[in-house]
Amino acid sequence: MDYVHSDREGQMPLPTAVKILVAGGFGVGKTTMVGAVSESKPLQTEEVLTERGIGIDNTSGVEAKSTTTVAMDFGRITVSDDLVLYLFGTPGQDRFWFVWDELSFGALGAVVLADTRRLADCFPSIDYFERRGLPFVVAVNCFDNARRYGLEEVRRALDLDPDVPVMLCDARKRQSSKEVLIGLLEHVMKGRGLTRTPQPVGH
Amino acid sequence: MTKPDADQRWIDEDAGPVVRPYAVTGGRAKAKNYFNVVAILIATRSAPPADVAPEQAKLIMLCQRPLALAECAAHLGLPLGTVRVLLDGLIDRGLVRVNEPHQAANLPDDSVFEALINGLRAL
Repeated sequence: MDYVHSDREGQMPLPTAVKILVAGGFGVGKTTMVGAVSESKPLQTEEVLTERGIGIDNTSGVEAKSTTTVAMDFGRITVSDDLVLYLFGTPGQDRFWFVWDELSFGALGAVVLADTRRLADCFPSIDYFERRGLPFVVAVNCFDNARRYGLEEVRRALDLDPDVPVMLCDARKRQSSKEVLIGLLEHVMKGRGLTRTPQPVGH
Repeated sequence: MTKPDADQRWIDEDAGPVVRPYAVTGGRAKAKNYFNVVAILIATRSAPPADVAPEQAKLIMLCQRPLALAECAAHLGLPLGTVRVLLDGLIDRGLVRVNEPHQAANLPDDSVFEALINGLRAL
């Protein structure tokens, strides 16, 4: 099939990737959403950090530094031969900003998943993306037994800028998670100021 | 940066069966490259040369089809930083080619967004 030991340079055009982050508090459904839309079960990758890289106090000497393994779940959607979308669930908030920086670099945007029973859990994600200037949408994951709040109530409670889309979703459902991602992409597109008319693509 | 030290414990018992980064990178801890987690890699040859390290040989075999850095790390069961170190040597020798991801700010028009939206709708 292949030419053994031959150089393939130029023979195979490489696809280009794009990346979207899925953030939010612990247990809010990040990996569930990644799995719902990805073409196969989410994969996990790790970054090994020294304590010095984690941004917490470390009173011991450098020689005593320990390491922490930060796991990230991610999934893949092959859009075409030359375009692949990767979805990354962000690791636990607060301690691992170093990894968030790495993940955010080159990301198109982010979905912040919210649970109305624990809305405050998504504040750190929202703060982070606002500071970084990475466009995001807030998707309220509608857990079965959670009281439903209006989108405006959620927007007020999170003190969101008026242009940040807030939507309801069920992170377990592919259709619903797709709609969230499409909503994010439309939001990012609008923010670039390059859209001819802000109409949804396709139907 | 500390000197590589074979006796240094990188990962404690709680970390599970994680390969110690130094064990597969010939003692180097830090990569020269800083490829994006979704940078796409592909091997330029259909088989690894005999003189690459075993983990580098595995990476070449994995990258017979285009795969993101994070996918390679996941399939190899190695941390991202370790795979970046392995890549340094492969890139230097032209054994792997890398394509960095699209950045929103650099896209000339909306065609990538439109392709993504249509692709998602078609799922």
